[in-house]
Amino acid sequence: MTTRSIGHSVQRREDPRLVTGNGRYLDDLGRDALAAAFVRSPHAHATITGIDITDAWEVDGVEAIYTFEDLDELMARPLPVLIPHPALTHPRTCLALADTEVNHVGEPVVMVVARDRYVAEDAAARIVVSYETKPVVVGVAAAREAALAVHDDVPDNVAAHLIQEVGDVDAALACSPHRLTIPLTIERSACMPMEGKGVYAVWDRDDASMRMWSSTQTSTGVRAAVAARLGIPLARIQCMAPDVGGGFGVKINHPWPEELLVPWAARALGRPVKWAEDRREHFVSSAHERQQLQEVEVGFDDDGRILALDVKVWHDNGAYTPYGIIVPIITATQLLGPYKPGTYRCEFWSLYTNTVIVTPYRGAGRPQGVFAMERTMDAIAAFLGKDRTEVRSTNFILPQDMPYDHGLMFQDGRPLKYDSGDFPASLAKLKALVGWDDFAAYREQAEAEGRKVGLGIGCYVEGTGVGPYEGGHVHVETSGQVFVATGLTSQGQGHETAFAQIVADELGVRFEDVHVTTGDTRRMPYAVGTFASRAAVMSGNAVAAAAKVVREKALRIAADALEANPDDLEIEDGVISVKGAPDTQISLSTVAVLSNPLRYAFDDAAKAATQFAGTFDPDKPPVAEGDEPGLEGKGFYSPTQATFANGMHAAIVETDPVTAEIRILRYCVVHDCGVMINPLIVEGQVHGGVAQGVGGALYERMAYDESGQLLNASFMDFLVPYASEVPFIETDHLETPSPLNPLGIKGAGEAGTIPVSAVLASAIEDAEGFPILSMPISPSELWELRRQRASAAAHSATTEGDR
Amino acid sequence: MTRITVTVDGAKYSDDVEPRTLLVHYLRETLGKVGTVVGCDTSNCGACTVHLDGRSVKSCNVLAVQVDGHEVTTIEGLATEAGLHPMQESFHEHHALQCGYCTPGMIMQAIDVLNTHPDPTEEQIRLGLEGNLCRCTGYHNIVKAVAAAAKAPGAAAVSSSKVGD
Amino acid sequence: MIPSSFEYVAPTSVEDALAALAEAGDEGKVLAGGQSLLPVLRMRLNAPEKVIDLGRVEGLRGIREDGDTIVIGAMTTHDEVANSELVKEHAALLAKATAEVADPQIRHRGTLGGAIVHADPAGDLGAPVLALDAEMVIAGPGGERTVAAKDFFTDLFETAVGDGELLTAIRIPKHTGWGAHYEKFVRVAHQWSIVGVAATVKADGGTISEAKIGLTNMGSTPLRAASVEAALAGKSASDVADACSSAADGTNPPSDLNGDADYRRHLATVLTSRAVAAAAAG
Repeated sequence: MTTRSIGHSVQRREDPRLVTGNGRYLDDLGRDALAAAFVRSPHAHATITGIDITDAWEVDGVEAIYTFEDLDELMARPLPVLIPHPALTHPRTCLALADTEVNHVGEPVVMVVARDRYVAEDAAARIVVSYETKPVVVGVAAAREAALAVHDDVPDNVAAHLIQEVGDVDAALACSPHRLTIPLTIERSACMPMEGKGVYAVWDRDDASMRMWSSTQTSTGVRAAVAARLGIPLARIQCMAPDVGGGFGVKINHPWPEELLVPWAARALGRPVKWAEDRREHFVSSAHERQQLQEVEVGFDDDGRILALDVKVWHDNGAYTPYGIIVPIITATQLLGPYKPGTYRCEFWSLYTNTVIVTPYRGAGRPQGVFAMERTMDAIAAFLGKDRTEVRSTNFILPQDMPYDHGLMFQDGRPLKYDSGDFPASLAKLKALVGWDDFAAYREQAEAEGRKVGLGIGCYVEGTGVGPYEGGHVHVETSGQVFVATGLTSQGQGHETAFAQIVADELGVRFEDVHVTTGDTRRMPYAVGTFASRAAVMSGNAVAAAAKVVREKALRIAADALEANPDDLEIEDGVISVKGAPDTQISLSTVAVLSNPLRYAFDDAAKAATQFAGTFDPDKPPVAEGDEPGLEGKGFYSPTQATFANGMHAAIVETDPVTAEIRILRYCVVHDCGVMINPLIVEGQVHGGVAQGVGGALYERMAYDESGQLLNASFMDFLVPYASEVPFIETDHLETPSPLNPLGIKGAGEAGTIPVSAVLASAIEDAEGFPILSMPISPSELWELRRQRASAAAHSATTEGDR
Repeated sequence: MTRITVTVDGAKYSDDVEPRTLLVHYLRETLGKVGTVVGCDTSNCGACTVHLDGRSVKSCNVLAVQVDGHEVTTIEGLATEAGLHPMQESFHEHHALQCGYCTPGMIMQAIDVLNTHPDPTEEQIRLGLEGNLCRCTGYHNIVKAVAAAAKAPGAAAVSSSKVGD
Repeated sequence: MIPSSFEYVAPTSVEDALAALAEAGDEGKVLAGGQSLLPVLRMRLNAPEKVIDLGRVEGLRGIREDGDTIVIGAMTTHDEVANSELVKEHAALLAKATAEVADPQIRHRGTLGGAIVHADPAGDLGAPVLALDAEMVIAGPGGERTVAAKDFFTDLFETAVGDGELLTAIRIPKHTGWGAHYEKFVRVAHQWSIVGVAATVKADGGTISEAKIGLTNMGSTPLRAASVEAALAGKSASDVADACSSAADGTNPPSDLNGDADYRRHLATVLTSRAVAAAAAG
């Protein structure tokens, strides 16, 4: 009896090559390629007045130097606005190489191609670009004030303005028994995958075709974008994502200027060209996220039930908007979490600043939204003197409310309608896991020892598995080995393992016999990409659908061969047999042979499929009408809407009463992503997500000075937590299957990250006894808050009381 | 150009290098040993960790000319025909890697941790890895993998005993 | 990021190294362990024409006793210093501070002399060397001279080592039996110190008879907390907080992303108190 693979903590298929140094990341490819390096703007806002490249040509080994002037008409156009939206009234994108103006430090201005990266950097260092600097806009407050503009033709710096409202918020606020106003701040951070971006392109002059590799989250997207800008038919370009050293969102934006310039230069030079981003480049020219100012006004009753929730968000989108306004839309919609306020309005402004662009980073606007919602919940509880979990429970959407339609439009342009979840059950699990009800006693004991401890909580709902579609291709070779392809890419999520588990179960073969390829347009040209915690839901269901097609075909061929009814057959471990008569059987490899009638016997298997082998009925055509040779099949999954995963986190922190150091003593997660394909992988995603959240809450921030220089553009000063800073994560799971897809799965990739800033703010607030309204928070900032607190009047400076 | 002779993963190499060549680039570009990767410019991430004469170093923070006459072991020198090194095996078993980019350096440093602390506490493991960044795993399973490997025979050893030329 | 081109020499004696340095003049740069220098070269913040590698100079590495003094060769690695029985016994403060430098890989490669001459005010080794009243042995064209630690650190990244000179050894008077502790305040473990306090005390039956305290990153050079040292003499080891309250007096700490000067002054007093208490306890 075959055991199902889904649901088991199968060890990863990817590991053996990765633990031995045999993974192949972008910079591991193309050892003989020419290397590209870029001259980037040292100014946040400036007019380019001249570029002198003469000295650079003196460097031995330089092959080409390109400025904007060298770009052809297609390449000289601004980069695409990838996700247009009616509210994005003033989209702006950069050029592949800056022409007359630069709008952030790090914008590429000149491209150098040389024998190797050493030479390319030497030459780049000799290029002199003259600038006339312009006044800069840094930070949301300055953008909002609009005394200065990033783009001359967008004088108010507003790229987009959007209001969504459900119910009459003003009326509900007016008659709410209690009201609070809460101003909140979240600062900039970034994905910081350990591998930067990178592109490698090989132009075949004779064939007029391109093969390119990118460290991307969407190889189909890059392929299409490069084809469009280079004027190459899709049929003449293939794009592969090799092993990718982490993405977390930054590699879904595309095409990056370098993703166009590298293949363009490879074609122009007729030589392979490669660019591998270094860390400094990644800091100043790849995307950031998170910065928002928020203002929440909430009206509620004596039980803490929210009657009106009015949220304003000022979102920093950086200098350009290539990825549209996905991030603030997600903030505005996913802010609601597991709750059902009586009325809701969210208004946001997406604002230009002279800083690096903002595109989704794991969580993608949700951490900010959850921060707003959960800080509000804690504020209500504090105001009413109620337990924080009680106020949350009062506002929960209940299982019997599912599916629950919020009446808003989600990031995919479809209704924000929750499919599943049991929030009271999740909360009960979390309270048990962290020991919520025993905390008061623990705190008392700690206080007796002169220690300050606090308990925090945060809940979220995450729309995962958004469309439009993904596809799967399954091919059983005559060896019986099963080859699976899906077009989206992998950055460490274990897709080769999880998708193999699904296909093994759906097809009835051994896990060991299934081999998965992702992100290769040669194998699956139709795909969207890996983002929004969508891969398991989308490609998981797509490969399952493809496996079903193959299974049906296999049963049909086997039924013919065994002279049985297909309905009476089953497949186990790659062998098809008659139910109840296991001796009447045929292997899948034989079926694969039979599926492909041959003239030529190139091996023993093929010999069995040739015309004189006597295997086929002479009265039928070798390939039946409407049928295709080969035991293979394709399947696509295209859902009507997203599935909604959810989770609840709690943390216990200790704050040093003297130094204000913040230490996480325990971090607990209850997570519901529906059916888990591989619990080992799901837990790993949660652990990593939490660690990134901890980074964003306590350590990481992009610190720009008033001139738009990034002050901490290296791991020396931008503090990413190490093993010495992240505690063990305690996890528990609830599995409420999604009714929306056959596998019952919901996404898990971003979950861990989403509520962490809210949870730690909640815990620090609980330890300190005063509101925490801005994240991240460092010891020095906490110390400063204490100092202000000590010298300020007794009333809260940050929340308005009953009025 | 400066002539250097280095033993890498048990094999002896002699090459002319520019003095400014970083050891990691010598390994990757000259020797083609691309298993050791680069993650930063400032020696903070540890992705490039290799062993130099048996102790862990960051190969982006060492010049190739400095290792003339010395012995280097990389991630590619750990596994033998008998199979994976116990630390590699433990990383696999405990799901201590996701994207895998930090993994070569993390494994090389984890072995060094066991060299220093054959029976490490959790704190010794965590502080032993204080120079290695991972952005995927939250270190949870890495710490567990190193602790488990400490129980396996030979986890602190490296197999640079391959026959040289 | 990749360094600019440079010439490379690897002398095998101090004499040859001095000659190479003299020949290179302003364009020469000494490479010790390289753990601070290489990132600087990679970012092209410094582009020397010639790099003089001390890694192959005989006699610059090792730890030995010389009467009442421990002599540490400038090219001795942090790992060797931190694990040296001699250093642990006679200059425990230096062993403990060195164990806190950066991370294991860097400690395997970085050297005491390199770190001292680099003179990064946030580096961890200036304060203990200063607190231990070490002497720096400097070789130059005119021979060898010795400079007291208090005169050695002259400014931000500046020391008494002049053009054409090399630090060859650090001589530390034995502090046998002194308790020691290095209290390092950081946000992530392997970070440069936000503030560090190096304290070593001689305690007798619970009473401190003598204390020496060095401060990391409280000014442009490592500093001694002289007033605290004076106040601690004769104090009970269990009641040091008051005596440590003046730790930040006369300091001029920086303000940066990890905290402003006020916060650092506050930390200095707290950490001094903790460091002294821990030192007195062992």
